[in-house]
Amino acid sequence: MDTIQTLHESHAADAHHTHHHEHEQTFWTKYLFTTDHKVISKQFLITAVFMAFLAMGMSMLFRLQLAWPDVKMPFLESLLGQWGKDGKLDPGFYLALVTIHGTIMVFFVLTGGLSGTFSNLLIPLQIGARDMASGLLNMLSYWFFAGSCLVMFISLFVESGPASGGWTIYPPLSALPQAIAGSGLGMDLWLVSMIFFIVSSLLGGINYVTTVINLRTKGMSMTRLPLTIWAFTITAILGILSFPVLFAAALLLFFDRTFGTSFYLTDIFIDGAPLEHIGGSPILFEHLFWFLGHPEVYIVILPALGLASEVISVNSRKPIFGYKAMIGSMGLIAFLSCIVWGHHMFITGMNPFLGSVFVVTTLMVAIPSAVKVFNYIATLWRGNIVLTPAMLFAIGLVSFFISGGLTGIILGDSALDINIHDTYFVVAHFHIVMGASAIFGMLAGVYHWFPRMFGRLMNKNLGYIHFWLTLISVYGVFFPMHFIGLAGVPRRYYANTAYAGFDNLVGINELITVFALLSGVAQLVFAFNFFYSIFKGKKSPQNPWKSNTLEWTAPLSDVHGNWPGEIPTVHRWPYDYGKPGHEDDFIPQTVPFSATPGSNRPDDH
Amino acid sequence: MIEITVSKNILQTFYFENTLYFRPQINNGNVFSTPMSTQSTTHQASTSVWGGGKSPFNISWGKMYMWFFLVSDAFTFSSLLVAYGTLRHKYSASWPNANDVFTHFPFIHAHVPLAYVGLMTFILIMSSVTMVLAVDAGHKRDNKSVALWLGLTIIGGFMFVGSQAWEWYHFIKGTDQGAYILADHSVARVKEGAENILILNGKEISGAAAEQIKATGEFFQGANLVKNEYGNPLFGDFFFFITGFHGFHVFSGVIINLIIWFNVLDGIYRKRGHYEQIEKTGLYWHFVDLVWVFVFTFFYLV
Repeated sequence: MDTIQTLHESHAADAHHTHHHEHEQTFWTKYLFTTDHKVISKQFLITAVFMAFLAMGMSMLFRLQLAWPDVKMPFLESLLGQWGKDGKLDPGFYLALVTIHGTIMVFFVLTGGLSGTFSNLLIPLQIGARDMASGLLNMLSYWFFAGSCLVMFISLFVESGPASGGWTIYPPLSALPQAIAGSGLGMDLWLVSMIFFIVSSLLGGINYVTTVINLRTKGMSMTRLPLTIWAFTITAILGILSFPVLFAAALLLFFDRTFGTSFYLTDIFIDGAPLEHIGGSPILFEHLFWFLGHPEVYIVILPALGLASEVISVNSRKPIFGYKAMIGSMGLIAFLSCIVWGHHMFITGMNPFLGSVFVVTTLMVAIPSAVKVFNYIATLWRGNIVLTPAMLFAIGLVSFFISGGLTGIILGDSALDINIHDTYFVVAHFHIVMGASAIFGMLAGVYHWFPRMFGRLMNKNLGYIHFWLTLISVYGVFFPMHFIGLAGVPRRYYANTAYAGFDNLVGINELITVFALLSGVAQLVFAFNFFYSIFKGKKSPQNPWKSNTLEWTAPLSDVHGNWPGEIPTVHRWPYDYGKPGHEDDFIPQTVPFSATPGSNRPDDH
Repeated sequence: MIEITVSKNILQTFYFENTLYFRPQINNGNVFSTPMSTQSTTHQASTSVWGGGKSPFNISWGKMYMWFFLVSDAFTFSSLLVAYGTLRHKYSASWPNANDVFTHFPFIHAHVPLAYVGLMTFILIMSSVTMVLAVDAGHKRDNKSVALWLGLTIIGGFMFVGSQAWEWYHFIKGTDQGAYILADHSVARVKEGAENILILNGKEISGAAAEQIKATGEFFQGANLVKNEYGNPLFGDFFFFITGFHGFHVFSGVIINLIIWFNVLDGIYRKRGHYEQIEKTGLYWHFVDLVWVFVFTFFYLV
């Protein structure tokens, strides 16, 4: 008992202490090796923005190749050197581009960037804590992330090229350095980078969960938490359970590559000569990888859904519909996500009975997902909708989540999946349902909490331009892609010119690339708006969106320790918007029921 | 002090039931905008264990952090052991029998299957016992006893790591008689004390057939990550990887314990007023022990 007391007090005292000595901080302790969660969240965001542009640039390059496989583009040679000789993209480097694009987007942007940014920013601020449970481990989490980004970036400059076996790095391609150029040093760097990333993810994730459990302010019970916090917590738990499995899988792969073990390798002949490796199973790797890989897609989408819940409720000026159903469905999605990984492996020769078990569990994911979607729509229904850029992006997320989710039902069924496995149909599905959806959630978060991060507002009109261009181009890219996939075009192929049957699809590929380039232009609008507003944006009022949550009660001028005085006490849930009997259309969480006698209801909490 | 703890426990049980089913946490029977009842609403929510402002499990973030870390580490070990189980099941015919492999004991020439690993396991479990005593001494704020028991734990840890090195050495060195590895990677072991008899897939081969195998096969002793005289090379791969990974955990634990031990000798925790650090490293140490029980079962017993 006293131990706990002492620890709590010393923690509070620490925060207090730092606050009073803030003026003594140097550039190094304030912006680089900082333990302040608000600065760490900015570090995550800016790193992720950089990585996102890198990965997006790569997608432009391979889209150019797919649309105009016969056209010479001299600028490729000046940009890529030997990988763009005579203006032609090198086929090996095409594979590297696809691989690194996927890796960066999935891990560095939508996992590290999304969770790292918003869990760090919002958890302490929305639950009413001075900082994360451990500022030091939080700082380490960022620097491991930065390290892993750096290693991945360096791998782009290796002579034999970066990893090229796809973001899923299936052996034997990834396990044998002699298999393709990208399986050499590039693959080693990929694994090193991933180990760093896993360490970062665990350091961060455990911190998030611990903070939410232990450091909520007085009155902030679990059912008064904003849905963002629920989403981040469930995401962090998923990460704690699944990333260690990738860790084990990557270590075993590393041994196969480096020390001649045979965990994943068997019966391999190179130039007619057998390798020493015998007995292992490449399918084992797939099982281990997808045990992480599938929860990973929910690690990507859940925080985005959490951000959208908050943004949609605030901008509909209505309580979120089905608060507890939202929590329950996120929990159910998280649980189901751990028992569906087999649907990535229907064509591995899996026992059809086992396959049908995975079909059932997979299709069950549709239930909580539909609950969430209907709740969003019901929240919007008859609300006083304020179409801020953040709100538009949140609604865009719901749109993508529906249209991508529908194709998920097709892919989750083994009988259908076997026919369209590894075609562009799959590419279109996951780009809409987890790629675009999650990015839209992240962008909604950036527009909504930008004032909280930088004390300034982003330009609204540029935000609208950004939204509409992106929405149109994302559908422009991925909607036609379904048809290419249904026509049987396999993913990850450098060119489809060898198959006469695909000749009449060239036009669709050109259309997709045009939209891809358009989406790139749209992101430049965002980049300008983002960086310009950090320095020159309009100063934001204290509570620009008239929100109830605690982060808007802390001064925007960023105090280390968040609140200059005492931490506010919470008296109600965060969704009292447009409540009948109250003159304002929002009642912040810090307002006690005794101050709002006219609007209290029996089911208030 | 004691009374408060007891009432907290009762609250905790009560509260757990409530939150598990996402029931509303407050009594909303007759709350209708009277100041009295609204006040009681707020009051009740903030005094329950999950109501905010306190740690629901009544533990520090550090200890909770350790628990979650151990959960994640448990998943790493589980996935390794599942991988082991899958491939072992696939090759159950050629899988070596641990009773044939681990027969050495220091200073004894006779074969004593699994005795040595039994001793190792005993040492590790005893080091867990001393760790418990160290934590207990910490609760009593008895600095000297903490130093003593933690010191013994460290010795136990070193002994275990040392024993593992010895075990590895003998596995790598192998038997005197060795085995012949055939082109199809099957292993024909030489029968102990009878150089002319080979054992292939459980059958004894002698005479010309044995000579033929000796002439074409590759003579090999011991085990490494590629070859293994006892049978399927994957046995060696997994053995080295998983016991190595576990040994690395033990070794890290010993290093952490050493650092903590020096802190104890410096009186850091006595000055701090509590020995929670010992509890946290203790959690880790018990976990590493528990993992060994599984590794031991999977590799040696089953």
